[in-house]
Amino acid sequence: MKILAIETSGQVAGCALYDDGLITAEFNLQNKKTHSQSLMPMMDELRRMMGLDLTLLDAIALTAGPGSFTGLRIGAATAKGLGLALEKPLIPVPTVDALAYNLWGAGGLICPMMDARRQQVYTGIYRFEEANKGKGSGGAGEAVPTEPAAPVMRILRPQCVVPVAEIAAELNERGEAVIFLGDGVPVYAAVLGELLKVPYSFAPAHMARQRAASAVSLAAQYYEERGEACFVAADVFRPEYLRLSQAERERAAGIDTSQTRHMQ
Amino acid sequence: MMTTENKDITILAIESSCDETAAAVVVNGRTVLSNEISSQIDIHTLYGGVVPEIASRKHTERINQVVRKALQTAGKTLDDMDAIAVTCGPGLVGALLIGVSEAKALAFATGKPLIGVHHIEGHICANFIAAPELEPPFLCLVVSGGHTHLVLVKGYGEYEILGRTRDDAAGEAFDKVARAIGLGYPGGPKIDKAAREGNPDAIAFPRGKVAESAYDFSFSGLKSAVLNYINSCDMKGETFSVEDVAASFQKAVVEVLVSHAMAGVEQYGADKIALAGGVASNSALRAAMQEACGERGVTFYCPPPVLCTDNAAMIGCAAYYEFLQGKCSGYDLNAMPNLALGEKRESR
Repeated sequence: MKILAIETSGQVAGCALYDDGLITAEFNLQNKKTHSQSLMPMMDELRRMMGLDLTLLDAIALTAGPGSFTGLRIGAATAKGLGLALEKPLIPVPTVDALAYNLWGAGGLICPMMDARRQQVYTGIYRFEEANKGKGSGGAGEAVPTEPAAPVMRILRPQCVVPVAEIAAELNERGEAVIFLGDGVPVYAAVLGELLKVPYSFAPAHMARQRAASAVSLAAQYYEERGEACFVAADVFRPEYLRLSQAERERAAGIDTSQTRHMQ
Repeated sequence: MMTTENKDITILAIESSCDETAAAVVVNGRTVLSNEISSQIDIHTLYGGVVPEIASRKHTERINQVVRKALQTAGKTLDDMDAIAVTCGPGLVGALLIGVSEAKALAFATGKPLIGVHHIEGHICANFIAAPELEPPFLCLVVSGGHTHLVLVKGYGEYEILGRTRDDAAGEAFDKVARAIGLGYPGGPKIDKAAREGNPDAIAFPRGKVAESAYDFSFSGLKSAVLNYINSCDMKGETFSVEDVAASFQKAVVEVLVSHAMAGVEQYGADKIALAGGVASNSALRAAMQEACGERGVTFYCPPPVLCTDNAAMIGCAAYYEFLQGKCSGYDLNAMPNLALGEKRESR
């Protein structure tokens, strides 16, 4: 199984290659350039350095949203173009799930948090649970498990866009230690300090932001669990913004801004 | 960079700079095998004009289908293409990025050269498709919702801008006035239609002049004059004739455009002049240009409406001449919302 992944949902532009259980290449870049300038040169470098024959790919994975609207679309249009030209399916991965997957196997709760502006965050709550505690691990007289444990990521609160106070209240209610990560952390660290009544910590640098490798690992996991049911045709894929455009929100609220918006 | 010999050059072109998602297959710059346009006008009409975020979302949803349809209609596959071309500016940045990202992915996946094209250059080149005998040099008046330029086309890909608008583009003035007199969006065709029933000499609207430049345009004064006229009618409790306002406004715009263009014809001794851009579909402008050119013995060119509106065939034509000159873009090609005509953008 060969999957090429694209990550453009936030400040990180990235791409990674998954090849039968290994990440054989990964680029993550957080610089002043736009994703439009960074992404394709990185993918070209990845192809060149790996001697990758694109026609041998099984699928294109990408973080499907939420995130920066423009960032999501650069990733989406790139993945759709690759899908069209190579006749390969896409494997979309929810952005917040992919972020949580950075902390695979961690104890307690995991709460990714991306700054969604307008006093809101894109967030969710996750926990890694031992679906298989290891064969014989609890049996009488068998002290040593004979098979590895396999933590499974449980989604306790699916990705959503909410005020930071709402997610903090839910975490307080759950009453467990929580690890935060994502670009919302520096924005809301002080607010979280005031609101939280549970022990909490922040993920270290190498886990703190979107990583193309996490997205592609999770995509491979989907394929293992669901097979081709995780595929989405490139032509019909659309990002999950979790939000309408401002014009649509205002229209739904009955505010007519068409005069003011276009007269100047 | 490539030997052309006698081989045909086939280009897949993509355009997404505003609210039309478009793709085309063009052979040797002038033979259009397909020209697919998916318009979003119905959606934006709800908002009284183009909403950039909605336009970008719709482009993302439709881009693959439009590209696929263009290839299908042309009876070609991506393998048959010699290059992938795309509008990289000017335009709405979010909208441009969809076409640019798609085109880069297609070029990357197929190994074909990528060619970033200037949107206005595309509009000018629409004339090459409509008139196979047309060759530079010639003058071109580019009028659209975002642009008003008088351009001297010296050669393929070689431009000198003689004049440009200092404020509103001509098409923008059409949209704003149409909204003010209750005709709605899109303003160009609606004013054109209403004006046919009105008296163009009913109201004396000002002809915008720019003091230090013979070729620059200004339409904001005219727009304000129309708004003031409507307001003063309202204040006096009088009604006004929508048709007369439309006809008088349109005449003022057309007169300025034609007089600037003819000044250019005379100063540069041009024997050919072309119209380009969405406003080139305006019937009064076409007729006035035709007449002014007839009086001076100048050959007048104007593409049919389907090539005046935003389309990808014109981008494929412009890209062909870039291709012949070996001008290709790198994978770092970006959307450039304010790209100036003639600005260099090749990096590979």
